[in-house]
Order: sequence, then structure tokens, then C-alpha cells
Amino acid sequence: MGNKQTIFTDEQLDAYQVSLFSFSRLHGRYHELAPHLVPMDYTNEPDCKLPLALIVNMPELKENPFRNRIVESFSEDGMGNLSFNEFVDMFSVLSEMAPRELKAIYAFKIYDFNVDNYLCKEDLEKTLNKLTKEELTPEEVELVCEKTIEEADLDGDHKLSFADFENMISRAPDFLR
Amino acid sequence: MPRKSDAAKMEEVGIEIDGDLSESDDGGTQRRPNRRQAGGRGGAKGRGRGKKPASDDEDEDEEDEAPRGRRGANRKKPAKKRGGDDEDESEDEPPKRKRGGAANKKKGGKAQDSDDDDSDVGKGKKGKKGGGRKGKKEEEEEETKGKKGDGKGKGKDKGKDKDDDKDKKKKKKKGDSSSDSSSNSSEEEESMSEGEMARLMEEVEEKKKLIANIRNKPWRMQRRLKHLKEAQEFVDKFEGALGKGKGRKWYAYKVMMTKKWIKFQRDFENFRTACIPWERKIKEVESHFGSSVASYFIFLRWMYGMNLVLFGFTFGLVVIPEVLMGLPYGSVPRKTVPRAEQDTAQDYSVLMDFNGYCKYSVLFYGYYNNQRTIGVLKFRLPLSYLMVGIGTFGYSLMLVIRTMAKNADVGGGDGEDSDFTFAWKMFTSWDYLIGNAETADNKYASITTSFKESIVDEQENQKDENIHLRRFLRVLANFLITCSLGGSGYLIYFVVKRSQEFATRDDLSWYEKNEMEIVMSLLGLVCPPLFETIAELEDYHPRIALKWQLGRIFALFLGNLYTFLFALFDEVNTKLEEEQAIKNASIWAMKEYYANYSRLMNDSEATPPPMDPADVIRGPCWETAVGIEFVKLTVSDIQVSYLTILIGDFARAVIVRFLNYCWCWDLEAGFPSYGEFDISGNVLGLVFNQGMIWMGAFYAPGLVGINVLRLLSSMYYQCWAVMATNVPHERVFKASKSNNFYMGLLLLVLFLSLLPVVYTIMTLPPSFDCGPFSGKDKMFDVVMETIDLDLPAFMGTLFSYAANPGLIIPAVLLMVLAIYYLNSVSEAYQNSNMELKKKMKMARDEEKNRRNNADTTNQVMKDLEDLLPNRSLIPPDPPEPEKPPEPEPKPTKTKPGSAGKGVNLQKDVALASPNPNARAPVSRPPGPRGPGPGRGRGRGPPPR
Repeated sequence: MGNKQTIFTDEQLDAYQVSLFSFSRLHGRYHELAPHLVPMDYTNEPDCKLPLALIVNMPELKENPFRNRIVESFSEDGMGNLSFNEFVDMFSVLSEMAPRELKAIYAFKIYDFNVDNYLCKEDLEKTLNKLTKEELTPEEVELVCEKTIEEADLDGDHKLSFADFENMISRAPDFLR
Repeated sequence: MPRKSDAAKMEEVGIEIDGDLSESDDGGTQRRPNRRQAGGRGGAKGRGRGKKPASDDEDEDEEDEAPRGRRGANRKKPAKKRGGDDEDESEDEPPKRKRGGAANKKKGGKAQDSDDDDSDVGKGKKGKKGGGRKGKKEEEEEETKGKKGDGKGKGKDKGKDKDDDKDKKKKKKKGDSSSDSSSNSSEEEESMSEGEMARLMEEVEEKKKLIANIRNKPWRMQRRLKHLKEAQEFVDKFEGALGKGKGRKWYAYKVMMTKKWIKFQRDFENFRTACIPWERKIKEVESHFGSSVASYFIFLRWMYGMNLVLFGFTFGLVVIPEVLMGLPYGSVPRKTVPRAEQDTAQDYSVLMDFNGYCKYSVLFYGYYNNQRTIGVLKFRLPLSYLMVGIGTFGYSLMLVIRTMAKNADVGGGDGEDSDFTFAWKMFTSWDYLIGNAETADNKYASITTSFKESIVDEQENQKDENIHLRRFLRVLANFLITCSLGGSGYLIYFVVKRSQEFATRDDLSWYEKNEMEIVMSLLGLVCPPLFETIAELEDYHPRIALKWQLGRIFALFLGNLYTFLFALFDEVNTKLEEEQAIKNASIWAMKEYYANYSRLMNDSEATPPPMDPADVIRGPCWETAVGIEFVKLTVSDIQVSYLTILIGDFARAVIVRFLNYCWCWDLEAGFPSYGEFDISGNVLGLVFNQGMIWMGAFYAPGLVGINVLRLLSSMYYQCWAVMATNVPHERVFKASKSNNFYMGLLLLVLFLSLLPVVYTIMTLPPSFDCGPFSGKDKMFDVVMETIDLDLPAFMGTLFSYAANPGLIIPAVLLMVLAIYYLNSVSEAYQNSNMELKKKMKMARDEEKNRRNNADTTNQVMKDLEDLLPNRSLIPPDPPEPEKPPEPEPKPTKTKPGSAGKGVNLQKDVALASPNPNARAPVSRPPGPRGPGPGRGRGRGPPPR
């Protein structure tokens, strides 16, 4: 309990709308990633960011083929540096409490490797290669990507916009994460 | 903090508003004039807008809220104000303000005329916004009247009071007092009319909703924090007025409970999964070898479950009662090893043949006594034995058919031909909860495998070559296979006939003795690979090829079954003949024994001591002989299949792996290579093994136990073997979701094995000196006996009626008709299902097309509209002309979706980040009112 005063002010906690317990745990996680960078005391909202390399090594993300993309899409600068706010953001979206729509948005961002707001073929190829550790032959990759676009692309522009993506993902039975 | 995010926020707000209605700036400015005309309230708002420029910070907030406020105001006014026109504009204004802030109200109240005092008002308005509360307060203080105060301090009491006495003055007084006494905020209370209350409440609710949902917004944390802060402050401030201060705690509690509930559900799900035996093993196999191989293991697991139940019945109702309550070993002849065999009864080789002590144990039919009841419980063992024998079949039939029906349900329901096979696989297959390296590897493997499966399916769909050639090849292949099947069938028939010939001779060579077995195993060895080779001609999808392969080998194995049964019946018949002779002999021997005894003792009166059970002459007990045959067969089958795995897979893998270092060609890639998992062989092995169990279980109750052990060990053994020594199939294919083909085979085998058993039970006389039915003419006489002796008399007559052909024939007829009816009904459903599926597909295609063609159709529409006469001539004032233009914007919006990025993007953003502030105004004003002001606003001249 004593932690509370030393790390965050009450107002800050209120604002984040989480229980003190989980919140200070979250901060603990953030802090332990880089003890020398992150101050224990967050009452004055210091401005510090953690580089991608550190965050990617968290056990939650370590095995995820999209870890880099996940972190990048949550960082404001797009380079994967996360401030604490963004860090909390990431966890809240990845938590099971987050609604599907929200997850769909971020999923779209994650799969959008070249950040052009469309999932084009290159994006899909990258996704596929990450998912299968590049065990498929190029022809197979080609085939899968084409089929994917063909299935989900409603407006015929040969890439998936968010509308296409959401339409598709909202019907997926196991899109829950 | 807020400042930082201002820029971002502004952009978004702008976009959102664009998306909804283009209100923001114009709205604010334009409104004013309209309002004026409309009435005092209009003025108030207009002013509010006007002020904006002064305070940049709050602009956005105001923009967001203003529309709502406006609308709310509009709405309320009508309700309330209409009634009290007397109060004029001054009255009108308060409501609006209330939401917005006290400052406005003051103006309204005091200086309704305040058109001029824009500047002052502006400040006040700012105050009104959630963000600018401070501003409000100051103003209020200055003005002292600050009506907004109502909102804060009042609490419910006030609301009620207000309701009661509408007189403003009174209210004012009250308000003053209350504010003074109670709350922090400094205001006198302007009356809070019902409408105001309602509006305030709405507002608070909205804010609360925002707070509740803020984590669902795809905003950056900073922006979220800012919005949250504003909303929360607003709620804190006004909630008191509505007496709902506990909202947040309640919310927090609710959130906590949902969290806990979700966690509990997940844990429970995990627990349930953990309860499924071998789930992890099978998943692991599946991830590396595909669902087709996994389907074998799932089938194996299912078999294990079924056998476990059969085992429970047999042991619980037959074996264990006999062991616990029946006579012990050695008490009666049937439970004793005969004198002649006693010397060798414990030899290993004898035991391995299930002779000696094994033969006279609970494992076999002959051991059971024919006492009607045993033990203190008066357990009717013979009856129970018969019932379990029949119940085994009944239960198996029921289970197989039920499973098939359920599978058909699952198979038909969803999935397979979904529209998004690849897309879903690509985007939803990774499990984000995986945090373990090994699991992750498995997941990668399984994703790759599942992709490969789908690719194979897809390639199959795309394959279109010479269809005539293909057909010809398929016919040819089937012809060849039919030929070889026919050939092997004739070979079997020939060999069986010869063996009958041989049976009468004694001078047989080793080959002649074993001819039948040798031929059978040769066939089993040669034919499956032959079929497989021929099947390559057909070039089916591997899944279908597997089914063909299964069917063909099944037909071949039926020959096996046939010869086996044939030999068995021969044996039984000879034993039955033998039995007649021995029966007489044993009776004679018994008599002789007594005669001898009395002669030796010279005392015809004395009761002779009972004969030693080991010395009694026995019949051949054909039931036990049959049971032994089945047990032997099963055990040898187990040995063979385990050895095959050990040598064919394991040894091969070891050799290939380690000899590869010093060999002249690449063993791993070249000739021997590693083995593939033989799905068809294994499935059929399992199915036929189960057939043996069903047939043999009646004559050897222990067989079920042996089988359970076999399935259990083979699960672990084969799982290991597959993972350690096999390589995945070249074309990994997806098993059909329902294992119904396997089940169908199983059902067929079940039926085939049901026949001989029922035949023997119904027609052959049981042995006279062994087994629970000894001494009866037919086995089912136990049932008659029970009906006669244990059930009331009328039951007997009832049964005799029920057995009357006059009753049975109509019943059968009825059932046939019912089957016919149900069949046609299900067909009809199937048809309508297909129809619906087709329709769904069409709808989807249509949608796709529409989107694709949005551009062109839109163009056509435009042209059409251009052609319409007088379009431009119609005066803009009446509402009608407005409507036609409306369709236009929509098409233009969709069109970009297909063609241009820009607009689409906007749409997306609006979709993605539904800002309640922006959206609320649009959705709130219900039809009648909404369009009016909106239009007017849009059209009106720019402000100032």
C-alpha cells in the first residue's frame, strides 16, 4: 500500500481506472525492464521511454512472431519506443477485457507492416512467413496470399482495408486472443 | 498534458464530425441566427459558439458538446417551455444553460437580450463545458446568480422540490439556502425544472458511459487520460445533483466481477480440457503430422472410452461377482485343471497358449458355474452373464450410431467451406497467450501444417486437366483393384477348401498345415501396397484416396474374417459331436464310480465320497475353445503390430539415421527413408481388432480387459513411435471433421460380429458341463426361467403376447414406415440447407459486385440525376429538395472506398474511433427534430 504514494498519486491512479494492485504490478513490470531508466517515482510523470529491444523480451511477447509489430504499433513514434502510457495501453488492449472491436483495430495495425493503412500483399507475405517460420515454398505463399485477399477483399482493390478486415475478423470464431 | 494532445484531438474531432454531420464550426456560427428567430434559447447557444474563438483550449470540447447541448435544449424546451410561454425567452434559456453552465443561464435569465454581450457570455459558456468549470465558477461568483449552480449542489431533494413547486422564486430561495449550507460550489439555485434534470442526467450518463468505455477507444493513452479527466470532473460535479455518487464504485465492482468471472470461465475451460485424456499428446501429433494422423488417435481414444465402459460392465456384473461370491477354484470340475493336464498346467508355453491354469480361470466362459443365484446377495449370475453379453452389443451399437449422428451434425454445421478459410488462418491462428518456447514451436508447426492442408485442398479445387483421361484412369484403377480383390477372394476360398480336405488327413507337411495362415498373411502384406500403387492412377485428393484405400483393404480383410469364422464353426461342430459322446461317457463313468464304490465297500447304503473334481471326465466345452481362439488371436495381433512398429518404423529409422553417415547414397532422402504413418492400416487394424473383441467377449469375459490394456499401451506406444520415427506425409491433408467413415467401418464390423454371436446364442446348445448355461437346451432359457420363477405370472403372459408374430409384424412395419418418413424429412431439410447456402453465397457475391461497381453505378446515377429536369430550379427552401441530394453524398462516400484512399481512410477512422461526443449528437436527435435544425444550420449564412 505504501507504494501508492511513492509511485503514483491518487489522481493518477484514478485516471487510469485500474485497481492499485494490478497497476503497480504493471509499473513494476515496466520498471524491471530497465531499472536504470525508469524511475520508481511516477508522481511527476517523468518522460522516459523504453526501446523496443527491451520490451520485446518480456515473457508475454518473447515467443510471439509479431512482437516487434505489436510494440511498434503501440508506440507513438512508430519505432517501438514505449512510454509508460503506451505500455499500459498495450497491456489494456491485449488483455482479455478489451472488446473485440478494439482488438480488431490494433490487430489491423499489427498486420499492417508498411503502415499504409492497407493490408497489401507484402504485408500478408510477411505475416505468413512469420507464422510459419518460412516453411512454405514461395509458390505456396503466393497462393495463400492471393486466396486471402480474394476471400476478404470486398471492394476489389486487391488489398484489405480496415473495413474488409473488420468484416472478415468479426466473423472469425476464434478471434479472441 | 491536455495541451499536448490538443492537436491530435482536434484533427480527430474534425474528422469525426465530418463523418457525421458537418456541424462543428459552421454549426456553431450558423446556429445563432436561426436560434434567434426561433427563440431565446437560440440566442444563448449562438453566444456560446461565438465565444469559442476566445478560448482555444475548450474549443474542441465545446464543439463536441455543443451540438448535443443544443439539441438537448431544443428537445427540452418543447416539453417544458412550450407549456410556460409566459416566461418567454428567459425561461427558455435556462434549460440549455444548465447543461452548458451556469454562466449562460445567467445571461439568459438576466439578460436574455444578451445578443450584444457576446464576450461575457462567451466566457460563461466556456465555463459551462466540462473542461472549463473553473471559468464557470468565476463567472458565477461574479454574477452571483449563476444558475448552473443548480446542477451541482442540489441533490435529489432539490429536484423533487423543483418538481413540486415550479415557481422560480421559491426555487431560487431554496437554491440559495441549499447552496450556502451544503455545497462547495457557490451558486444560488435557479430552479431545476424536470427537463433540465433529465438533460443533466442524460449528460452525466453519457459522460459515465464515456468513462466506462474509455478503455475501448482506440486512442493513445494520453488522449484517453485527458478525455477521462474531463468526463470525470464533469460527472463528479454534477452527479451529486442526481444522487448517483456511487456510480464509480459500482462500476469498479462490476468490472472486477466480470474479470473474475472471465478468469473463472477460462480456468474451468482449461480444467475441462485437462480432463480430456491425451489431448496434449494428440495435439502435438496433430501439429506435426496433420489432422489426418490425429484423426486416428482420436479414433483410438474414442475406442478406448467405449471399451472402458464395456470393461466396466463385464467386470462389474460378471467377473467380480463370480470371483467374490462364486465357488472357489478346485471346488467343482469346471473350475479345476484335469489330472492329465496338471503336470504341465504351469508351463510357460502352455500358459501362453491360454491352456492350463489360464483355461480354467475367470477369463473364460467355462469357469462360470450354473448356480441360479450366488452368494448372500442372490446374484443371478447366469442371467447377468447373458444380459451383459447382449448389452455389450446394444451399448456399442447405440454409441456408434449416436456418435455418427453427432458427427454428422458437426460436419454439416459450420466451417469446412467457409468463405474465409485462409484469411482466418492467417489472422487468427496465432494464440497470443503462448509464452512457452516449446508450445510456440508446436504452434508454428501446426499453423504450417494447417496451411499446407488448406493448400492441398485449394490445389485440388484448382486442378482442371484432361477430365476424360482422368476418368479413364479411374475406371482402369477400379477395374484392376476389383480384379485383384476377386483374385484374392478366390484364393482364400480355394485355400479354405483345401484345408478342409487336409483336415481329414494325417500326413501333412509343415506347409500344408499352415497353408491358410501363410496365404492370408501374404495377401495382407502384398495387397495394401498394391492398392496404394494402383490408386495413384486415380489421382484423388488424399482425403478421398484414403477412404477408397480403407474401403478396399476392408474388403480384403473381410476375406480374413470369413476364413477365420469358417474354421471356427468347423471346430465348434466337431466339438459338439464330440461332446455328445463324452456326455454319455461321463455319465457312464460316474455311474461306474458309484458302482465300484459300493462294490468295494460292500455297502450299498453308504454315500460315496464325491469324486475328486480333477478326475471327472470333461466335455470339450466348445465355448471356452472359441474364447481361447479369440484371445490368442487378439494377443498375437498385439504382438505383431507392436513388433511391426518396432522393426518397421523404429529400427528403420535408427538405421536410416545412423547408417547414413557411412553409406553410399543418402538414406534419408533416398530409398529407405523414414516411414510414414500408415493411417489406413492402423485404422483397419483397430476396427478389426474391435470386431474380435465383440465376437469373443461373450466366450471370454477377460478379453475386454486385455483389450483395454492394449488400447491404453498402444496409445502411448504409437504416439511415441509416430513422433520419434515417422515423417509427415508428403501431402498433409485435412481429415474430414467427422470421423464418420471410420465409424461406418466400425458399424459394419459390429454388425458382422453380431451375427455369429447371436446365432450361437440362439441356436447352439451350450456345453453340458461348463459355463453358466450348462444343463439348458438353449442359452436364452435363462431368461425364460427368470420370467417364470422370479416375475409375477402376468408378466409371463405379457411376454408371450409380446412375442406373438401378430404383434411383431405390425411393429416392424411401423418402424420401416417411420424410417422412410424420417429419411424423406431429412432429405428435404438437406435440400433447403443447400438452397440457403447457395443464397448466402449469392448475397455475398452480390455485395462484392456492388462494391466493385460502386463507381460505375454511381456515375450512372449522377447522369440520371443530371437528366432530371428542373432539379436546379427547385427552390432550396422546402425540405423536399434537400432529400434528393442526400443520396449523392452516400454514393460518393462508398465510391472512394473502392477507388481512392483518402475518403476511405476517413471513413475508417470514423469507424475505428467512435467518439461519443461526436457521435452522440447525431444519433440522439430523433428523426423529426434532427433534420430540421441540421438543415437549417447547414444552409444558413456564416456567423457574424
